[in-house]
Amino acid sequence: MKLFDYTRVSRASDAVGLVAGRPGGAFIGGGTELTNLMKDGVLAPDLVVDVSRLDLSDIRVSRGRLHIGATARMGDVADHPVVRERFPVVSEALLASASPQVRNRATIGGNLMQRTRCWYYRDPGSACNKREPGSGCPALEGQNRWHAIHGGSDHCIAVHPSDLAVSLTALDATVAVLGPDGRRSVPLGDFYRLPGSTPHRDNALRHGELITGVEVPQSPLAAGSRYLKLRDRASFEFAVVSVAAALTRERGQVGDVRLAFGGIAPRPWRSPEAEDALRGRRLTRTTIAAAGRALVEGARPREHNAFKVELVQRALADVLQDLGGLK
Amino acid sequence: MSDTDDHDHSAEEHSRRTVLKAGAVGAVAVAASGGMETIAAGSPADVRTAPPAQAPTADITLRVNGVERSLTVESRVTLLDALRERVGLTGTKKGCDRGECGACTVLVEGERVKSCMTLAVMEDGREITTVEGLARGDELHPVQAAFIRRDAFQCGFCTSGQIMSAVACIQEGHAGSDAEVREWMSGNLCRCGCYPNIVDAVRDAAKGQAK
Repeated sequence: MKLFDYTRVSRASDAVGLVAGRPGGAFIGGGTELTNLMKDGVLAPDLVVDVSRLDLSDIRVSRGRLHIGATARMGDVADHPVVRERFPVVSEALLASASPQVRNRATIGGNLMQRTRCWYYRDPGSACNKREPGSGCPALEGQNRWHAIHGGSDHCIAVHPSDLAVSLTALDATVAVLGPDGRRSVPLGDFYRLPGSTPHRDNALRHGELITGVEVPQSPLAAGSRYLKLRDRASFEFAVVSVAAALTRERGQVGDVRLAFGGIAPRPWRSPEAEDALRGRRLTRTTIAAAGRALVEGARPREHNAFKVELVQRALADVLQDLGGLK
Repeated sequence: MSDTDDHDHSAEEHSRRTVLKAGAVGAVAVAASGGMETIAAGSPADVRTAPPAQAPTADITLRVNGVERSLTVESRVTLLDALRERVGLTGTKKGCDRGECGACTVLVEGERVKSCMTLAVMEDGREITTVEGLARGDELHPVQAAFIRRDAFQCGFCTSGQIMSAVACIQEGHAGSDAEVREWMSGNLCRCGCYPNIVDAVRDAAKGQAK
């Protein structure tokens, strides 16, 4: 690791001021991501501001919204009775993430800020437009089994690794942010950026802005939600593809529905087309298959990841059959 | 190398050590002032504007297996390296050093964490339990005894991490079935493939503690 100043602050505004005032400044929460990136030379902040002991770890429901503080630990959120009962997709996504040791330390804010697992990004010996703008993208013609089938560009096809972000995207969550200019909130649907020609910019945050929490609207949709994650091994692995599904049913038909997908795009991938294919219809094998086809319409697979086009449809079908009692 | 070079070299070393020492003292003074708890060496002005010129250090206290350990560590030292290289407790193993294998698992305030993924300065003031802190004199911890009884290792490199993780897994109530143990011990890899015996050992120890 390169040398860095370390400081721990007791107020969020102090943390923001310190990082905003230093171009090489970075926040650290649980440390389970930044320490690896620093060891591997992917990131080299010269000031690390520890926000892990800020008083931002509360988990509560008020005025019809679930509030999760940014420094709440993944394990504590997954285990929280309100999250488990009223927002099952969030709990399931968290429990399918990482390992118990990591979940004891990793924070919600840090989870949303984690970087892609693209092996070219993680290897400073490789070119990577996300790590070093303009250096190229070896994944386009290289080992791209893990990479995007939707939303990629000629500059980057890395996928976002957070299961939590996929579940929160399905539930229309918003991210609360504190910056040098004050507070703002960003809908999760606008939080992550598609790579385009600037893949080094992962999200909507400006330098010095700190995630202080996440808000999720409580609803019958959220209560009827599921997360399915398909991995190369049974546990402790990132998603090959994943599905967050939330729906309500009225008189045997799908009332409202939200579908978000992981492992297929540079950001959590919401599919309004697949949702439209289900809304107002009965859940049958036929309508489910139609939703799957709508989901992969326009997909652009690469040499080694064409299997994802089929796999993500099967994953969607599995979740919907489960929610629809068709199993 | 000429005499002159030698002389210059030692003078440089001397001044660097002096600076480091002064930096460490400075950190204490900063920590005591204002609403901001600054651990890094150097003045607040340094922290605010400029990259560090020499390794910033911090004075920290870890309570390791019940014993207070005061250390001066560079900010970039992981808890794992502080335990092994500074405190001298080498039972905690460095496997991948990237949080993927679990060999470095310790308990912090009773919760299992990967000590390679946290900085020692971040754990200042906290209670750390390593594998050396489990036995009571010659009496092994029930999880240690179960690992021996069930032959739950071959090379042994992952074992201290497996045992620390298992202690927490049982404490959390996640050892109720073989499937549950496999899921909740998934953060600990064993390249020898002793998983069936590890599951047996964890289940044994869990049942023993439930009695």
